[in-house]
Parts: sequence; C-alpha cells; structure tokens
Amino acid sequence: MVAVDSAKAVIAASRFGFAPRAGELATIARDPQGWVLRQLEMTQAAPPVDLPASAPMVAALLEARRDKRLQDPDAKRSLNRQLRAVYLAEVEARTSLAATTDAPLLERLTRFWSNHFTVSCIRPAIRGFAGAFEREAIRPHVTARFVDLLIAAEQHPAMLFYLDQVVSIGPHSRAGERRSRGLNENLGREMLELHTLGVDGGYTQADVEALAHILTGWSIERLNMAEPGKFHFYPAIHEPGSKVLLGKTYREDGLAEGEAALRDLAAHPATAQHIATKLARHFIADDPPPQSVRRIATVFRDTGGDLKRVTAALVDDEAAWQTPFAKVRTPEDLVASACRATGFTPPAPMLVNSLHLLDQQSFFAPSPAGWADVASEWVGPEAVLHRIDWCQAYAARLPDPPDPVGLAESMFGEALPAETGGAIRRAASRREGVALLLAAPDFQRR
Amino acid sequence: MTSRREFLALSAGLFAVAGLPGAVFAAAPGEERFVLVLLRGALDGLAAVPPLGDPRYAEKRGALALDPAGCVALDHGFALNPGLKILEPYYRRGELLIVPASGNGYRTRSHFDAQDLMECGLATKTRETDGWLNRALALVQKGDRRLGLAVGGAVPLVLRGAVPVASWEPANFHPANGDFLAALGPLYAKDPLFGPALQLGLKTQSMSSAVLGDASGAAARGFGPKSFQPLAEAAGKLLGAADGPRIAALDMYGWDTHVAQGTGAGRLYENLAGLASGLDAMAQALGPAWRNTAVIAVTEFGRTVAVNGTNGTDHGTASVMLVMGGAVKGGRLYGDWPGLDRLQDDRDLRVATDSRAVIKGVLKDHLGVDAASLARKVFPDAPGLAPAEGIIRASL
Repeated sequence: MVAVDSAKAVIAASRFGFAPRAGELATIARDPQGWVLRQLEMTQAAPPVDLPASAPMVAALLEARRDKRLQDPDAKRSLNRQLRAVYLAEVEARTSLAATTDAPLLERLTRFWSNHFTVSCIRPAIRGFAGAFEREAIRPHVTARFVDLLIAAEQHPAMLFYLDQVVSIGPHSRAGERRSRGLNENLGREMLELHTLGVDGGYTQADVEALAHILTGWSIERLNMAEPGKFHFYPAIHEPGSKVLLGKTYREDGLAEGEAALRDLAAHPATAQHIATKLARHFIADDPPPQSVRRIATVFRDTGGDLKRVTAALVDDEAAWQTPFAKVRTPEDLVASACRATGFTPPAPMLVNSLHLLDQQSFFAPSPAGWADVASEWVGPEAVLHRIDWCQAYAARLPDPPDPVGLAESMFGEALPAETGGAIRRAASRREGVALLLAAPDFQRR
Repeated sequence: MTSRREFLALSAGLFAVAGLPGAVFAAAPGEERFVLVLLRGALDGLAAVPPLGDPRYAEKRGALALDPAGCVALDHGFALNPGLKILEPYYRRGELLIVPASGNGYRTRSHFDAQDLMECGLATKTRETDGWLNRALALVQKGDRRLGLAVGGAVPLVLRGAVPVASWEPANFHPANGDFLAALGPLYAKDPLFGPALQLGLKTQSMSSAVLGDASGAAARGFGPKSFQPLAEAAGKLLGAADGPRIAALDMYGWDTHVAQGTGAGRLYENLAGLASGLDAMAQALGPAWRNTAVIAVTEFGRTVAVNGTNGTDHGTASVMLVMGGAVKGGRLYGDWPGLDRLQDDRDLRVATDSRAVIKGVLKDHLGVDAASLARKVFPDAPGLAPAEGIIRASL
C-alpha cells in the first residue's frame, strides 16, 4: 500500500514536475493527483532575478545594426559578451525556478509550450530575447486559453524574427509595389504545420500562402517610434484584399484579419487533435494511447481550448499514472530534476556547458519543430555514456554531497527498486552514490 | 542569486580559477606548500606497500600476494607495488615517507561515514561541520588571503569552513570510470532502452580507441587511473606560482576493489600507477617549490587482509599513508608494524599509527601551527594525540 502511494507520488513529482525536493514526497503521497491539480490554480512564480524585457534587447539589436557595430570586431565582441551574460542569466533563472518552485507543473508546462512554439538562438539575431520570449509570451498563458497563448507567441518579436516575419511584405501592398522584396511564407507555414493544425491537419500550399498574406504587416516598432522593439502592425506592407484560408474568406481588415485567422486556427478540430497528441506524448508515452488523445482533444474542443481544463483532463487520465515509467528524461529535464532533487543548481556556465555537451542547450533547438519528445532521439549509445558522465560530473560538483541512501529515500520512498538501493549502499563514496542514483534508469526516466 | 556582474565574470572562461583574483594577497605568502590527496573508496595498503617480509604475508594474502620479483624492495621487508615504481627515486632521495598500518581512529567500515570523519577530523559530523584543513588554514594565515585551493570541482569537506578557499576545475566532464559502470551495469541491463544503448556505447568506444591507437581504450574511462594526473599537475602548477595558493586538496577515486583487484597488473595496479604518475607530475610542475612541499595521500580505511570470494578485498581497518615532498624527511618507513598474526576482529590489519598524529606533525613542523592550537582547534576531539615528530626535515 505504501509502495503504491510512493509510486504515485514519484509519478506526480517527476512526470508532472521534475523530481521531489527534499521532504516533498511525503506531502505529495497524501494525495498525488490533488497535489498536481492544485498547481493549476496557482500563479506561476516570476524568475528570481531582474532579466531584461524583449523590447530593449530588440532595440539594442536594431541599434547595433544601424551603427554597423557588428562589422567592428571590438564592438561585436563587447555586444556578444552582453548577450552571453543575458543568456546565462536566463538559463540559470529557469533552472533555479524548476528546482525551487512550489508549482513544478506550471514550470513543466512552460517548457512544453516553449518547445511547442520554438524560437531558437541558432538565429543569432534573437539571442538577446529568446529567454524573454518564454517569460513574456509563454509563461503567463500556460493555463489560459490556447488562442491567447497562440497570439502572444506569434506576435512576440522573437518569433517574428526567428521565422522571418519582420521581412515579409505583401506583394501588392504599397511597399511591395515599390520594392523587389516580397512575401515570406515561413511563419505562415510553421504556424499551420507546427503550432496549430499539424502536418496532417488538412491544409494546402494555397492555405500557407493565404495565411502568409494575412500575416503581412506583422512586425516590430522601429527605432524612431514610440516603443522600439514592440509588436507593431504596418498597413503599408500588409497585402490588401480578401484571402481564402481553409475555405473561409477573410475580408481585408488589417491587424484584426490576422487575429481572426488565428482564432479560427485555434478552434480548428485538427488543432485540438494535434495539441492533444503532443501533450499526451509528453506526459504519458512516446506513442500515447489513442483513447487518451481522444479524451484530451474532446476537452480541448468542448472548452474552447481552455488549457487549465485540458491539462486537468491529462492529469485525470489513468494512463498518465502507470508504471514502469514510459518517458525518458530529456537532458534539460535530467539537469533540472537533479538540481531539484539535490537542492544544488550549478553556476550558469556549468549549466550551459552541461546542456551543450548533452546536446540540448537551452534555447538552441535545431529547428522550428523544437526538441524531440521521444526516447529514441535521446538514448543513443554515445548519448547514454554522456548522460552517465554528466551524473558523475554533477555529483562531483555538489558542494555538500548528501547521504545517497537518504537522498534515494527522499526521491523514491518505497518505490525505489531494491537493486538500485543496494548499488547505492555499496557505493565507495557519497558522491559516487549520488551519481549512481542519478544515472540509474529509475531517475533517467519519469 | 548571482548578480549580473558576477555572470560576466563567470562567463569569462570555464578554466578560470574561481575566487582567486591576483590582488588578494596583502603580503607575499609563505613558501611552504601542502597538498592533501584523498584516496576515496579505501586503498588496500597491503597491496600498495606489501609487507613481503612478514612471515604470514604469503599465507594470509593468498591469491593476492605479490610476486617479490616485480616489486621495489624498500627497508625492513617492505616493498612498493609495481604500480608505484615511478615513486622509487623519491624514496631513494629521501622525499617519500611511508606510514604502514595507519588509520584515523574511527572504526566504522562505511565509506560515507569514514570519509566524513577523515575530513572533518572530529568524532561526529553534523550539517554545519567544517574540515580540519580549513580550521588549520585559519591558523596558518590570518586575514583575507586565499591560500587554500580545491582542485577538481567542488570543495571537499576537509577544506570547507570559515576560511574562503579558491577552486579550480577542468572544463569538460571526466568520463565515468569502470567501477562506476560496473555498478550501473546490472541496473541498466534490466532496462530495454538504456541497457542495449550502454552496451553498444562501450563497445563502440573501445573499438574507436583501438582504431585511434589510444591504448587506454574503454578501461581508461576514469575518475580513476588516468584522470588524476591532469588534476595533480594542475595543482602543482597553481601552487608553484609565486603568488599562487599554498594549500590544496584533491580527490582520487577508484580504490573500492571488491572484485578482481589484481596483483602485479589489473585494476588496483592501474589505479596505483595513476596515483604515482599524478604525484610525479605534481612534483615536476611545482618546480623549485617542491623543495618546500609536503604531500599527504590518505584513505578512509584499509581493506581485509584475506582475499574475498570475488578476488577482491572488503572494507577493513588500517591502510597505508604516503607523505611525500622535498620538505619531508623521507626515505624510510615510519611507525610500528602490528604484524599479520594478530588481526583486528580476526580480519583486518590493526592500526599502529594514528594518521591524525602524522597530519598534526606536518601541520606543526611544516606549516607552523602550534601544538596547543592543533589540540584545541584542529583536532579538538583528540587532544591527547601528540603530533608525530620528525616527519618534516629540520630547516637549515
């Protein structure tokens, strides 16, 4: 009986969060499901340090470009130093939050949605505000309506830069008639393929172009305007006239036209199916049970994409509470969870170095599709050795290594397999014991 | 939370020595260097410095008895394991003192507890406990001088406490060692995904190192044998600098040889060779400062005299302690030999010399900490234990 409760508590803490903090497991075990659901009513904590908003960082980028500072090696170096400092602070802040928050579910949701709406520093332009994107567009909306999240993400300068929307010009707009530059489909395509309907969502190339036309004019305020770096709609580059998207005609309506299109995309049944599949894949299994996906998609449709109710439906799904643990932790997850379990968050450079060597450097996803959410992408022969090496390196760096037997108890309670417990007890030092515990499949999975 | 300015400082480079700005020293630091090497996992002292002349040696050690032909003969029937051969010149020059049958006075056979006690130097450890080397630092140098250095990442308990210390670590992960992978193996074997991936990963790795001509191969993955030398060399360089730190502590792992520990070759031999080459590299890196250096290599406890059922040894009591350096009055063995005929609990070598007495001797005669402070502050739970005399060469 105790063992069963421990297992449920471990699932609550790790599958819906990261790992139990010291002493947390007993609290969770009293009502694992309730502990998860109550977090949906909580307000997400703000990052514990002052981090720059996106607008001034965008403005700084525009200034640097205007002054051609990127061509001067010294100025470029100094700029890069500032950007690295901001980047490090962002990574440390989100790791610390994951490690300390009372609402780890909200933090996991933030990471899930941040990955769903990927912006990647692979485009150097957005290095200064990729972290701000997560704080400004994602974090406030993880339990709001999907459409609010969608609009916030698509109108954020990081997304507009990352998917080239800032340079997309309606061919028949006033500006388009005068210049050779024109339409860029990137944001329109990814919005349909990745953010809403999904690749099998039943749209055509004509729909991609229609949405791209609808979105023309979405850009940011220039340096000579009131709030440089903020979202701005420019009628002069907006493609005029009616557009037909997914069989529906959108009459010329400037900014409102695009927002109406996003509202319709958010309400589309294919979007419900796509989001439900991704959520179930993240929280239940790489190949989630179809009935779970169906149930979540139904709630998504019936509630108009109320993400609080959608997430609750996921938590209420029996399939989400099964053992053995079906999901493999991604490197980001592994690192954050180790920090939470032991209470030690390494300094930012070590965090970033770790994530880099584990092939998941935060805010550097390889493509707009984001990081993979299936085990086969993360558990290769080489990757597994890197993960093991990391566990040792992390344990070696703990300022005051805890008794690994006690740590195992606080992380797994009665649910720790005897063999893992035995291996930890036999370890030759505290650090090796902690490393074993972190490297054991029991912790590598959630 | 770290301030933005600190972020800038941190991002300057992963190789940087944290907490060691050039201007810390109010005055030039003293010339004496002290390095503590913690051999974690319990070194088999009878294998490192075999008492070949003990009449019961071959009988009691059984399959683990070393062939005298491969060992380096020392005095009084003792010898150096072939893995430590590189240290022979240090012994001949009088720079290596060997303390057989030494232990720290604690009778626990738990690695975790014993390492804690070895480092805090007290009878019990609490969350707030500091380390004896940090308490000694407070007596060696008063004021804001960061003379202490932790090499290899985290500050070990022995150096933790009120006196700030610097730390240095290499940028990349050490690959995990063979022991660690062996302990993980059974846990991974049951996992349908992690098990095969680990197996294939190790196979690929040893294959590629064979192709690349790296003799170390998969066996070289180590917090073990090969990873100590770079740390020891770094410690030597940092301590050798004119205005560098003066007192360092570093760890070496891989001593918990329960299985197939080997004799004149094998796991323990490799680890001893790694230790010896590290100590040698440290001595070289220290340059002229080696003359003023004392290094202590100590472990938490020894291992059983008899071989166990898996050709290894289990947790025991007394082990061996190495004291090395130009400042050391070496070239000899120190302390008594309790013999192998009367064993502790009928299984372990008994402790003849308390390692804390040797440490006290070094702190007193090398670093100038007075005996009263040693008794009151550094090892307050063992006030009656007199500092060992004559460990350090009398200065000219």
